Amino acid sequence: MQSPLPFFPEQASNFAGNVDALFLFILVTSLFFSVLVTFLIIIAGFKFRRRRPSEIGAEIHGNNVLEIGWTVIPLILALGMFAWGAVVYVNYRTVPKDTLDVYVIGKQWMWRLQQPNGRREINELHVPVNRNIKLILGSEDVIHDFYVPAFRVKMDVVPGRYNTMWFRATRIGRYHFFCSQYCGTNHAVMGGWVTVMDPAEYATWLSGEVGDVNPVSAGERLFTQLACNTCHIANGTGRAPSLNGVYDRKVLLADGSMVTADDAYIRESILLPKAKIVAGYQPVMPTFQGLVTEEQILNLTAYIKSLQSQPVPAKGAGIAPAAMGKK
Amino acid sequence: MSPTSTQTNKPALQMPTKHYLNATYGIRSWLLTTDHKRIALLYLISVTFFFFIGGFFAMMIRLHLLTPAGLLLSADTYNRMFTMHGVAMIFFFLIPSIPAVMGNFLIPLMIGAKDLAFPKINLLSWYVYVVGAAFTLYSMVSGGLDTGWTFYTPLSTVYSNSAVAPAVIGVFIVGFSSILTGLNFLVTIHTMRAPGLTWFRLPLFVWTHYATSVVMILGTPVVAITLALAGMERLFGLGFFNPAMGGDPILFQHLFWFYSHPAVYIMILPAMGVTSELIPTFARKQLFGYHFVAAASMAIAVIGFLIWTHHMFVTGVSTYAALAFSFLTFLVAIPSAVKVFNWVATLYGGSISFDTPMLYAFGFIGLFLIGGLTGLFLGSLGTDIHIHDTYFVVAHFHYIMVGGAVMGYLGGLHFWWPKITGRMYPEWLARISAVILFVGFNLTFFPQFLLGYLGMPRRYHVYPPEFQVYNVMSTAGASILAIGYLLPLLYLTWSAFYGRVAGPNPWPATGLEWQTPSPPPTENFETTPVVTWEPYDFYHRPDLGLDMPVDSSLRPVHGDD
Repeated sequence: MQSPLPFFPEQASNFAGNVDALFLFILVTSLFFSVLVTFLIIIAGFKFRRRRPSEIGAEIHGNNVLEIGWTVIPLILALGMFAWGAVVYVNYRTVPKDTLDVYVIGKQWMWRLQQPNGRREINELHVPVNRNIKLILGSEDVIHDFYVPAFRVKMDVVPGRYNTMWFRATRIGRYHFFCSQYCGTNHAVMGGWVTVMDPAEYATWLSGEVGDVNPVSAGERLFTQLACNTCHIANGTGRAPSLNGVYDRKVLLADGSMVTADDAYIRESILLPKAKIVAGYQPVMPTFQGLVTEEQILNLTAYIKSLQSQPVPAKGAGIAPAAMGKK
Repeated sequence: MSPTSTQTNKPALQMPTKHYLNATYGIRSWLLTTDHKRIALLYLISVTFFFFIGGFFAMMIRLHLLTPAGLLLSADTYNRMFTMHGVAMIFFFLIPSIPAVMGNFLIPLMIGAKDLAFPKINLLSWYVYVVGAAFTLYSMVSGGLDTGWTFYTPLSTVYSNSAVAPAVIGVFIVGFSSILTGLNFLVTIHTMRAPGLTWFRLPLFVWTHYATSVVMILGTPVVAITLALAGMERLFGLGFFNPAMGGDPILFQHLFWFYSHPAVYIMILPAMGVTSELIPTFARKQLFGYHFVAAASMAIAVIGFLIWTHHMFVTGVSTYAALAFSFLTFLVAIPSAVKVFNWVATLYGGSISFDTPMLYAFGFIGLFLIGGLTGLFLGSLGTDIHIHDTYFVVAHFHYIMVGGAVMGYLGGLHFWWPKITGRMYPEWLARISAVILFVGFNLTFFPQFLLGYLGMPRRYHVYPPEFQVYNVMSTAGASILAIGYLLPLLYLTWSAFYGRVAGPNPWPATGLEWQTPSPPPTENFETTPVVTWEPYDFYHRPDLGLDMPVDSSLRPVHGDD
């Protein structure tokens, strides 16, 4: 039963309790100072009200002890708020390893989501309860933002890059999600529902309607169609590095720096191939900017990811072994 | 000494025969004036015009949001309303309001100068404002603007179908008006203070305008460059921010907020300056901790430049950057807190009256306090994830910009109205409308904090029905607020012509601006004044006609000096 004047939204994720507790701490501190200042103004307004038109006040210039006191005490409280907020935020921005990955594409004015097995949804997201979920967010046009108030999480969806967010839904139910970054005409209706399900029900739901296209096989097809396979030869003998086992590994670049081959790196390498050149290779790859859609990039990434289990070819010059990647 | 008889047997006050308003006549004498006081009035008319345009858009927004499905506007019209509300209010009302109107009028008077250092540049700054305003008005009538006042790319540069280019050009141009005003204030405050008026005898109003001018000069060029780049991307397809052309949309946000966060301090610092004048005057007592309040103003201006990324905690910015900017954001809260405590401490032992300007000063403290404290929720990283880009943010910055800056503006306008016009406003009507404003404001914006925490995102033309009850409250408040703004417009205009004659120093107050007739002569002072007293010192000012201490050998209590 919802109260007529609700205050807190429902708590339905691992973050909700922490965010609300931090909120209450800042709220109580703020209320203390608001009440104190209001009370002092009212008391002073009564006690020191002007009694004769020509009356003047007492001669008081200041007090250094008070000044230090009301500088240091708020500073300590502020640093406490900072520290607590930082802990919650770092936890939110550090995605755990054991996640279920869902790709989310925002475009004016709808959300397209893709489950790990390729099942697609529009403006709906189904997730199992008590399981870490990672959303990999991309945009086809302007900046959007994926926001689930009941989970207390949001993240901007920025064209030209991937952002990630994660949560663990803790209560079965249906919760609103919104676009919270203004994105043009129908910004206000660019939302939908997150359905948190029992894991068994989720498994049934997931298999109920097979994804029209498996992302890995779609990516594999594209890999041939776009002729990626003519240079990226699996055994490392091609003009371009082999992609076997590259996903999530460290890659040595021509300028001597290292980079992790994550979703964002793969995306950039497809669209802006000259931005980061793998050590030992020539910058010969053409750009695919405008030739592939965001979803096709996701499929290609899924395919490259699936090559993870393949052996790393010995000649793969720029691809460092995992051990070296750990420094 | 007979304190009571001075009040009752006062001779009838008369307007001075010659003053800046009747020195010359004709439209040319106004449009070609270099008198800082007349230029201030030109600005007063211009910013009032934009305030009511912006207010009209605000009323449309609030009316529309009365029902979840929206009452009267299409999505595109609604988006234009909130965008043009923001552009009109921020760039054409709030940023110029107190500095260009009251700063222009008062800084030379407060420091005993005949004019600003560069009177012609001062006039130029108003013309620059008018040209910028013309471009922006053209954008509003020729298709409107629907990008949000923040002009985020690539929505503004590629996807918007509205008149973005003229609006961007208008805001680009009006920035130069700000730069010229800031430059003029800095040079004037450095070089034209009257004999005896040392830095630590300056009124706080002058200190805060000094801090504001620094921000204007250092910050505005950055937003000018940013808007120039966005304009070139829109008009000529140069890819600075559009990722499809290799640009970075997040770069735009860094550049934009590098100015637009400090711009918040352009709006609030002058209002703090006004409050720092009102509290000592109406408590008839020196400002508590003068040096600390002055230093806090400068600290806000400096730290204000180092916290822009707190608008971007959920853009995917690096975690380390977020930590650093959150930390610095909490630091900027401290000087603001110090100011509030010093204002309250000033009341202790005072002789407090409740004239309209003092009611506005109390209103300012209360609303700024709520605005400032709710900033802590947004500066804290953990809570910002949830409330960023919700109505919580909308409520927060309206408490700062309307509750703070506009309350300060109206308080100052009432306080100096007798100096500007030579006539008093109707006191009781003014007190009643100050109370109406305070009540209407809180009813409008407090429910928006609750809406925000419940998760209603900002810039929504329709919303889920569970959010309706607070939206209805907010709309009800807005209609009360509108009355609170219309009343001063009417009675202040009326009183400028028919109000009771005020005399040179009706309150009385201690500043130099009250040592000359109201309205002042064109040259401000007949002879250059010499300052021998400390700021806000009623205790050693027999010339004000107030009670002097019986034992004038009483040892003053010195704390901070």
